[in-house]
Order: sequence, then structure tokens, then C-alpha cells
Amino acid sequence: MRVVLLGATRGMGRAVARTLAARGDRLFLLGRDAEELARSARDLEIVAGGGSAVEAAVCDLQRPETFAPALARAAEALDGFDAVVVTAGLFATQEQLEADTALRHDLLGVNFVATIQFCEEARRRLLAAGGGTLCVFSSVAGDRARKPVILYGAAKAGLSHYLEGLNHKFRSQGLRTVCVKPGFVRTGMTVGLKPPPFAADPDDVAPLVVAAIDRGRPEVYVPRIWRWIMLVIRNLPRSVMRRLSF
Amino acid sequence: MTLRAVPRRFTPGEHPREPAIAARVGKLTPTRLSGWGRYPVVEAREVLSEDLERITHDVVLTRGLGRSYGDASLPPSSGHRVAGSILADRVLAFDPATGIVRAEAGCPLWRLNRLFLPRGFFTPVTPGTHYVTLGGMVAADVHGKSHHRDGSFGAHVTRLKLRVADGRVLECSDEEQRHLFRATLGGMGLTGHVLEVEFRLRRIPTPWIWQESERTPDLEATLDRLRASSREWPMTVCWADCLVTGPHAGRGLVIRGRWAAPDEAPATVPVFRRTVSLPPVFPSWFLQPWMVRAFNALNYAWHGPNVRRSVVHPENFFYPLDALRDWNRVYGPRGFTQYQCVLPSAGDPSRQRRFLSRLQDLRAPVFLCVIKDCGDEGKGMLSFPKPGVSYALDLPISASTQRLIDALNEFVVAEGGRVYLAKDAFTRAAHWRAMEPRLEAWNRVRRQWDPDGTLRSAQSVRLFGDAP
Repeated sequence: MRVVLLGATRGMGRAVARTLAARGDRLFLLGRDAEELARSARDLEIVAGGGSAVEAAVCDLQRPETFAPALARAAEALDGFDAVVVTAGLFATQEQLEADTALRHDLLGVNFVATIQFCEEARRRLLAAGGGTLCVFSSVAGDRARKPVILYGAAKAGLSHYLEGLNHKFRSQGLRTVCVKPGFVRTGMTVGLKPPPFAADPDDVAPLVVAAIDRGRPEVYVPRIWRWIMLVIRNLPRSVMRRLSF
Repeated sequence: MTLRAVPRRFTPGEHPREPAIAARVGKLTPTRLSGWGRYPVVEAREVLSEDLERITHDVVLTRGLGRSYGDASLPPSSGHRVAGSILADRVLAFDPATGIVRAEAGCPLWRLNRLFLPRGFFTPVTPGTHYVTLGGMVAADVHGKSHHRDGSFGAHVTRLKLRVADGRVLECSDEEQRHLFRATLGGMGLTGHVLEVEFRLRRIPTPWIWQESERTPDLEATLDRLRASSREWPMTVCWADCLVTGPHAGRGLVIRGRWAAPDEAPATVPVFRRTVSLPPVFPSWFLQPWMVRAFNALNYAWHGPNVRRSVVHPENFFYPLDALRDWNRVYGPRGFTQYQCVLPSAGDPSRQRRFLSRLQDLRAPVFLCVIKDCGDEGKGMLSFPKPGVSYALDLPISASTQRLIDALNEFVVAEGGRVYLAKDAFTRAAHWRAMEPRLEAWNRVRRQWDPDGTLRSAQSVRLFGDAP
């Protein structure tokens, strides 16, 4: 498989890229820092056994003008691609977002507007090539509005909604969307937050994501337990949600 | 669509693209940090990021997986922040012709092993757990079952990338900043933050181990067989029973191994095992000496009198305890310490026997005892091993632990031995100074690179007289 990854220099993206590289998939990395991309590319080449080179191009969700050229570079380097995986995104706590207008603007912009703009670009390319997989990391925070993740969750809810819509409209044309909904995963993004029960590591999550990409599952909770946790939370009445603090 | 450019505020030294994380790290709530022994505990802030270079700007210490037993990876007090290296785990270069590999300091050994074992390479020196980072292996200048042949890890390190106390990032090796390089091997992270490590992997004939083990009835036999095995075998170690008294004191199992030859080993690559984690349910009173006594007796009897030979999984050979993650929880909240010392083998032949008698006179509750014969002193200015016999003793924490370790240290000082800082939580500064004639030379290099004493740990405050 030929896979383009946005955000694979860190966190869950790093783990997913390693899982793909280890089984021999060809990768192309997109990210905002050229030096970081180069370091991650070397790591993935070594994981892959040193056979093929992993190339990279700068693509920054805060600079929409980079989207099309970066994907074009990827298509050129891989001679077309079969899947695009988007793990990039911002995170901040509800308190920080409430207090900081600029941060709020950035986070909502990156996680919703910019991510969807990037996905549209990727979708067009995949459909033009006859189909493929678009795997995007949303969050369990988008499943139900909860007090500590209102703003972050709102952007993710929008993203999940968008991916579901793509699935309805384009599945028959060969576009498979995979909406990944991670629960709490210990990465650089969640540093400083108190891990809840069932917190997982990126290495636990990556094989589940890769399996979902292979099968083209429209929605996957990682770790799997979150599917059932969210089933409960989605069905809690308002009166209970108002009282809960999580 | 365009995203409006919004002016952002940064604190100096933080990555300008990540105001959110920068703000969160600034307010990071203190967590309970401890070493593998779960004693002592310091409430402090640990900053974690994939960008290790950035977070080592304004911290007193960098820690990895926290596998040193005592206070070596802890900040002096709760007011300080430490950097955690574990998210910086990328391999940056590998040359199959020379075996030289370069990786970020947070790269765990298990990752390297699993990457390179199937390709016919392995680290020449490994400690008894693979849940250590390369940075930690450098800082403690770790040794393993092959010490009598291969020395400690530092002997195979070719280059380091460090952030020194004044903020500069530089490379050091035997050719470049040689004193800094040698002071850093075994320097417990006090000479600079290790950012990247370059070292030489070794070619192995197969990814399997040929192992032999034999039973020895008392300490003399144990040490004898260990020494004899080490003359012919590249890897040796001994598990001994220090709780049994009388003529069988110090009986044990001598274990020796070598990489299996292609005609002895399965043609397959070993399947990396899945591990289970020990749940945190054990109270402090759970593990009692009678249980350990019974376990030791069973283990000894189960082996039988004959030499056992088999081809084994390398992870079972090198890392038997790693099969049970979080096994330190079996000691409960009280925690435990490991007392590891090396006693010279030259001179007085009764020294080892007297050490065991001393242990038994002191009624030391030795729940696990691992004996290893050490080879020559390494090039690390402060690294632990030297020619002699090393004893690693697991002791549950109790009110008498300090007294016990003081008494053992008196013995070690008198006999010309020394203790291993990566395990230590109780040694007093006076004892340490008496054991370590190399301390002054190391201190000179350390002060040259860190005149203000910026880099320090709870251990360096205790042993080196650093400011708390």
C-alpha cells in the first residue's frame, strides 16, 4: 500500500507510520517542520529494513496553500497513493480555550476548517485515481458534549460528521473513509492531563488503526473499550451530564 | 479559506508553534515520581515531549523510563522540573556494515532489540531489563551478563549528543571533548542532558541463545563455577539463595549462555512475547521472607542436580523478570531497594564468604540475590564495575534498611569495594567518598562544564553535596 501521512512525526501518527513501515508499506510524510520530517523518515526507513527511501514534504494545517503542492509531491514520489492518514491536530484544555481568544481561533480553525480543507484536497485526488482510503483521527470527545472538552469536542464532532457524510456519498465511488475515535492516549498531546482509566499507549492503538484501514471500517474506537464507554455516555440524560464533571 | 494570522505569545525557549502545550506544561501538576524501587518518592513535574532538545532547556535533570532503583532519576525537590526523554525514541541512522546505530536518547532498548534482532544484530551489553532508554544506559554505564568479556555499555558507545548546563548542544566522543565524554559515561546524567546516543551493535549468528545452567551447593561452589564458566562462556550470571543459613548458604544456580550456532537454533525468528502487568493490589506486608525461602528452595530443587541445556528465547535469557511488567508492585507501597556492590576478588580469599556471613548476621531480608563476576574497569570515569564479584540484593524497605545499608557499606569500604549509583537510595556521602577515589577527577570535569551546579538530582544532593 502507498500511504501519505499528515502528522506522523509524533504521537499516534508516529506509531501508525511504524506499524505500516514494518509490514512493507510505502510511506510519504507530511508535516510542518522539515527537520522533524527528515528525522522521522530516517526512523521509518530503518523500521522498514532500509530498502526503500521515505520521502517527505512540508504541509502545515495553518497554511492551506501548502495542501495541494504537498499532496502533488506525494503522488509524484509514490507514483499515486492508496491511502491518506491524518493524525495532525491541536489540543488545549477547556480552561485554556475559554481564556485565550487567539488559541481558540487556532484550535477550532486547525481541527475543523483546515483539516476538512485538507481532506477535500485528498478526497479529490483519491477519487480521481479511482478510489482509496481516507483515515482521519477524530476523537471520542466529538461523540457527546462534555464539560472538559466542549470546544475541542465541538471541532471533532464536526469532523466526525463530515467523515460520515463523505462515507455516505462517495463509498460507491471507491472512497473509503475511516474515522478514528481515540480515547485517552498517552502522547505529547496529553502531557499534563491526568490519565483516566483505560488510558492507552500509541503502540496499543496503532495496530487497531491499521486493521481498520485495511478493512475500510467507517468508524473505529481505539482502544476498543471506548466504543462501549461512549455508548453509555451518549445515552446519558442531560440532567446527568449537567452534574458530571468529566 | 484562509486562516487569519493571529499574534501569539510564547515564553522564550518554547516551540513557537505550540502555545497550547507550552502553557499546559508550565502549569503541569506535580506527579509522584520514583525509581523502580518506589522509594523515595518526590512530588515533581516531569516535562515530556518528542522534542527532547527543546524541553531540556530549563530543567535540572533528564530521566528516561525510571528504571534506576533509587533516587538517581529524581529531582532534588518538588520545586524542580525534570525532562522525560521517553517520547524521543527515533532511530536516526544505522550502518549494517559497521553495526553503528544512532538514536534519540529516549529510545528504549526493547525497541532496538526488536528492530535489529531479526536482522542479525544485538547490543553487546544489555542490563537485566529491556525497559531502559539509551540515555539511561549511558548515564548508568550499565553492565550485564557479558561484563567479563565486553565491559560495560560505555565501551561500545562511539558518540553522544549532549546539552550541557550552559545550554549549548554539542557532540562528544573519544576524539572530541574526550573528558566530557568519559565523565558522562556512568555520570548519572549530571554532566549534561543526553540527547542522542551512537553505539556499535554486534553481529550475532542466530537470534537464539544456547543456555546451560547448573546447581551449586554453597557459596564457594557458586563462585567457583561462575568463575570457571566465565573463562569459556561469553555470558554468565548466578542466582543465589542468601536466606538459607548453615552449610548451604549461598547455594544457587549458575547460568551461562552464548548465541546459538545456526545448526543448533530454530530457523525462525523468536516471536516477541506479550507481557502481563502485575496489578497494584499488594499490601506492604504481602511478601514475607518465608515465601521467598520457599520459592528459593523450590527453585533450587526443581532444577535438579544435572546440568541443563537448552536453546532459549533471548528475551527469556536476558530479561526473565520483564515477562511480568510492574513486578515491583509485589513489594507494596513500602517499596524496595537494591543494594549492589562489587568486592575485589584479588587479595583476601575469605572476603566473599565474610560478606555473606555479614549479610546473615545482619539478618538482611535478601529477597533476590544476583551474583556476577566483573571484568576490568571501563572508561567511564565514574562507572561502577571493577574486577571482582558483584552482588545485587533486593531488600524491602523497612525501618532498619538505613542501618543495614550503613553496615554493609562499612564492610564494602573496608574491603575496597564500591556501590552502584543506579541502584542506590541509602548510601551516605561519607561512605561514598571513601569508596570512590575517582570522584575528584570526575568532579573537576563536571565543574568545568557546569560551574554553577545547575544539573543535579536527589541522589547528587545526597551524595555529592549539591544544593537542594
